Parts: sequence; structure tokens; C-alpha cells
Amino acid sequence: MNEIRISGFGGQGIIKCGYIVGKTASLFDGKFATLTQSFGPEARGSACSAQVLVDDEPIRYPYVTTPDTVVAMSQEAYDRFGADITQDGTLLIDEDLVKSLEPPKVGKFYSIPATRIAEQLGLRLVANIVMFGFFTAMTDIITPGAAREALPSSVPARFVELNMKAFEQGYEYGLAVLGKLPDGGEEKPEETKSGANAGAGSKREAGSKKAKGKSSSGKNTGKKKATQGE
Amino acid sequence: MKADPRGVLTGAHYLDGDHAAAEGGLAAGCRFLAGYPITPSTEVAERFAARIPKVGGGVFIQMEDELASMSAILGGAWAGKKSMTVTSGPGFSLMMENLGLGIMMEVPTVIINVQRGGPSTGLPTLPGQADMMQARWGSHGDYEIIAICPSSPQEAFDYMITAFNFSEKYRVPTLVMMDECVGHMTEKVVIPPADEIELTPRKEYTGPPEEYLPYLPDKDMIPWMTKAGDGTRFHTTGLTHDEKGYPVMNADCQETLVRRLIDKIRKNADEIAIVEEEEVDGADVVLISYGISSRVAIPAIERARREGLKVGSLRLVTVWPFPETRVRELAKNVKALVIPEMNYGQIYYEIERCAAGNARTILVPHGGGWVHDVNDVYAGIKEGLK
Repeated sequence: MNEIRISGFGGQGIIKCGYIVGKTASLFDGKFATLTQSFGPEARGSACSAQVLVDDEPIRYPYVTTPDTVVAMSQEAYDRFGADITQDGTLLIDEDLVKSLEPPKVGKFYSIPATRIAEQLGLRLVANIVMFGFFTAMTDIITPGAAREALPSSVPARFVELNMKAFEQGYEYGLAVLGKLPDGGEEKPEETKSGANAGAGSKREAGSKKAKGKSSSGKNTGKKKATQGE
Repeated sequence: MKADPRGVLTGAHYLDGDHAAAEGGLAAGCRFLAGYPITPSTEVAERFAARIPKVGGGVFIQMEDELASMSAILGGAWAGKKSMTVTSGPGFSLMMENLGLGIMMEVPTVIINVQRGGPSTGLPTLPGQADMMQARWGSHGDYEIIAICPSSPQEAFDYMITAFNFSEKYRVPTLVMMDECVGHMTEKVVIPPADEIELTPRKEYTGPPEEYLPYLPDKDMIPWMTKAGDGTRFHTTGLTHDEKGYPVMNADCQETLVRRLIDKIRKNADEIAIVEEEEVDGADVVLISYGISSRVAIPAIERARREGLKVGSLRLVTVWPFPETRVRELAKNVKALVIPEMNYGQIYYEIERCAAGNARTILVPHGGGWVHDVNDVYAGIKEGLK
């Protein structure tokens, strides 16, 4: 059983990210997955989290108790949920949004500038999908093939291409961090395992091949709210 | 009869309980939903509103309030459509008067209550299970009703179909008492092909129009129904009425009518009852639960079993009519019945009544807002073994 908590602030697509993880596992990886969410009236801008259980057996007790995998996409989310993780767990952060952190006592700790990558793709809103790709690479919970199958029906039709791109960027960034990129010519980013200075102004880019998308100045971001597919 | 394939989204989906309930309604043939948005139930109406244009005809209306919503679905049913509404605590309160009208007029319809913390506006986004007695007695007068408690999105789908079937079979408004946890929990939901979904058809009158009596009961105590305005003489009212549907204000008519309204459910209680049992034979303690509390109790039961304790589980899928026969039997064979529910004792008192002193009854209460701490449920089990 994997106990996953994905956290950030309302409006980032945190619940959506959890939804796609659960959908990938349960519909395309042949596992069972239960998604629950911390849900408040405050919504946009405040801390929120999605909890996903993934197991080979049907899930009876539906809640995460001690997560083995935590994703933090905001400082507040990290402060609230970053320490609440098993000792051999995996912590993933958006390194531009979680800047102040104690080196966590976890098995694995990786960071990615997910929001910056999304901005370079032209739409900050897909940061959650960049993170989803990164999550897919850094954990063995879901398979990339299943993730690619789940994604198109989970986002609005006109954004499928952009979201697939976001997924691949996050996924490749993860492979590069792990040193697993199939393309030998790729510049290998420095390891961030151990994490001591991962968040603190690390200026790494995901790879030299990244297309320089127009930077999102915020005019696109608020309005195009992704609607929930299934 | 089989389901209309146009309303059945056959396949595997990843849905929350609210969306699954909407799909269950559509699969059951519901083509009219009148409602007023309220957290945490709004997603049911949203899903229904989005889907209804694609299923070959149907209507969603956002009404001015819950009183009107409840009235509208009674009208929808009389117009020949399967109808439903959906709400949460405060809206459920507003529906109570017209729920009674539906019971009196014997209207097949389904009401979903995605329970949140109360009283009053309480906790809009957080769970509760404290409307269970309101479901039973919330409208004035004496009656019996059917209420079902799903504990997963799959069950939300499946038991919506059951709810519509009960409502047609017994001509009674049927309540689907979800809770916020189940409504907002997302899991895989498998929707079968339409030809595998068995629906109970409306008990339609097919005799000569001039001989139709809208409240003449059949041998099963259920009268035949027609579509209002479709050729037969038609009258229905909330007043005590005779077989013609006209008001008759006396004790004899009241006795005949109310007795039948109660008996048509009470005498079929065993047939209506749906329970799930696990390791009940030989158990010293049996945990009785419903809705999300059934799933929350599982780690406590497993922990007790790992310690060699004999603990069984009885899950109430239908809570009303209360599965009295089974609980009475069970109480004679165990030391204690342990009841975790998100309230300070509602179904607990029904169980205590049925236990009739044969077994101890231990309430593990929770005021709502979140689910039970597993340790509290475990402590209840230990208490039962003392």
C-alpha cells in the first residue's frame, strides 16, 4: 500500500493531480486507488491537499495515516505536511515555491521547478501536471504508460497537447535527476538527493533542449480553470 | 425491465460518490432532477445537469429553494418521469413537509442527502451522520420510509438503482443517506452494460380508463399509478383520502390509509433489508455500522482480530426500515454490539431496542466534522469484551 499526500494551495490543481494519480493507478495500472481531499470553503490561495491510497488489494479504510510519499507545491503546504512522512518515504517539492526547509529526514528527497517549467510552456496552470510527470518518474507507484493513457481524458480537450507536454517535461526532468535519461547527450543536472540546498535558490534548468515558452505574466492563469473530466 | 442504454455510461470510471450517484440515477432511468445547490451535494446536480442533454431527453431545474425542489419532483413523477432531488442537512429540513406529501400521495421518487455536520448550517464541507433520525421521522405524521447508506462511490452508483427500484415497487420516496466522506471520495466505479441493469417498472394502470381508482390497493397493498392528464380521471391530495383520491375526513378512512402506508413497508421489511455480515458466527462482539463509519471501523476490527478476539461486523446498507429481525437474532448470540456513528446516538437506540437486554450495546459517538479515531472504535470493542 502506498499512502500519498499531494499538497499546495487552492488553484494549483492539487486535487486534480491527486485525481490523475488515482485514476492512473485504478483504471490503467490494474490497482486500487482511493482519493480523498481536505476540502474547505476557502479554496483558492489557501493550503489544500489530496490524499491517495494505492494498493494491489481493494482499499477498505480510505484515509492516509502516515504518508510514504509527500508532494509539496507551496511553503505553507510543506510546513504543514513536509514532516508528516515515513522515515524511508519520498518527498517531492517545487523548489521555487518551497524555499525555506529543514533537511527532511526522509529516504528520498527531490525537487523540481515545476511552476517555472509550466510558465516556460506558456501556462502556469499546468505546473500540477509537470509535477505529476515528476512524481511518475521519481516513484514506482504508477507506470508512465498508464499515466499517458489517463491524462488525455482528465483534462479539457483543448489542453490535452499542452498537458501531455507538461507531463513529459516533468517526467524527463525526473529521469535526468535519476540519471536515467535515455538520451546520452542530455546534460545531467546535479543530484538533489540529500536536499540540503535543493530549495535554496538552485538555478538549475531541466535541460538545455527546453523550448523557451512565453512567460506567463498571469494574464492567462486565473481564467482558464481546468474543468474536471473523469 | 432493462435500463435504457442512453443513460448508462458503461465502463470503468474514476468518480467521486456524488458523481457516481448522479450516474446511478441516470442509469436507473431518472430524467428529472429539481434541486437547489448546497455543499457537499452540489456535484450530484452538476453532473446530472451536464449529462442530461446527452441521454435522449430530460430536464434539470435549479429551483428557488428546497421546498420547491421537493414539490417539483413529486410533479415530475406524476408526469410519468423518474425524478430525484439532492441536498444536505439544511435543505433536507426544508424538504420535510413535502416529503410527507410524497409519502401521502405515494410518489415514487428518490432524495439524496449528502450529510454534513449540523445542527443548522453546521459544517458545510465536513461530514456528519446525524440526519438519520430525521430521515425516519422528519416529516410530521406517522409513516414508514426506506433509507439506504452507501459507503463508497461504487455503492453510490449501485444503490441509487436499488433506491429507484424500491421507490417504484413500494411507491414511497426513498432516501439515499450518503455522507460528505462518501460524496467526496473518489474511487473506481464500474458501470455495467444497460442490459445487466434490472429496473423495477412503474406500476402502471392498464385497465379501462373509466374504472381507474388512483388509491385502490392491489393485493400487495400498492395502488396502480397513471400519468396525470393521460386519459384517466385523476385526483391526489395530501389530505386523508379514499380510493378515489378524494379527501375523506374521518377516523375510518385515516385508519385504512395510514395503516396501509405503514404496512406496505413494515410487512416487507425483511425483503427490503440489505445487510453485509463478516465473521458474525461465533463472534463475541459484533460491530454495527453504516456509511463511512463502516470503513473507518475496519482497522479497529482487524487489530482486535489480530489479538485473537472474536469480532464480527454487521453493516447496515438499508437503515430504514430498520433491519430489526437480524439485529434481534444477533443480540441473542453475542456479548455486545458496538455502534460507531457520527452522532451522539441515533441508530444506537434502535439497536438497543432490538437487543432487548440480550446483549450489551455500546455507543462510540462522534460529533461529526471528521471520522472516528480508530482507537476509539477499538476501545469500544474492548469495552464490549469486558
